Amino acid sequence: MKARFQVGDAVRVADRWPEAGPARCHVRTPHFLRGRSGTVERVLGEFPNAEELAFGKPGLPKVPLYTIKFRETELWADGGFRLQDTLTADLYEHWLEGTHG
Amino acid sequence: MHDLGGVEPLASAAIDRREHALTQFDKHVDALMYLLSHPSRRILRVDELRRAIESLSPDAYANLSYYEKWLQAMRDLLVEKAVLGADEIESKLAELRARDRAAALPLPGAGVP
Repeated sequence: MKARFQVGDAVRVADRWPEAGPARCHVRTPHFLRGRSGTVERVLGEFPNAEELAFGKPGLPKVPLYTIKFRETELWADGGFRLQDTLTADLYEHWLEGTHG
Repeated sequence: MHDLGGVEPLASAAIDRREHALTQFDKHVDALMYLLSHPSRRILRVDELRRAIESLSPDAYANLSYYEKWLQAMRDLLVEKAVLGADEIESKLAELRARDRAAALPLPGAGVP
């Protein structure tokens, strides 16, 4: 699967909560990043989907994985962070949406 | 019970940076996981282990040690994947406990002056 995003692209993490549904699931996207916007810091390559590996499935086709950088001030209301403080997380492509503007 | 970023009261708790020596139990559990996940067998994968650890009850998650969580998760996965039966594990445990109790009894005549 070809990587859809490149370094510097603005992306938004899907505001999805599959763990709240009835089906068993396993996700690798921290709750505090859902619905938040960041930028692509690195394109890491493609990897078997850990959400399926977690249930003993092969996790194919492989999914592109990215390091996404967020401003701490975008994530926490009152953490005492400065504007230049950032947090990075490795996220699978199917959790990312492109943003416009 | 695992996705704890920013969750109080952990959000502001200090991180314990001391080194912890591994116990014999810890090493046994680590070795078991190595054997179960070895490519020649691939009975369990680390991704499954992580999912099973994350599925522990909040009480178990808070109170078990790191490797106790591994062991409970390995047990749950082996039962889920029908590699071992829950009854099978229980009866083996009962057998081992009985053996240990027997071994702890003083030998006949021991301690007699």
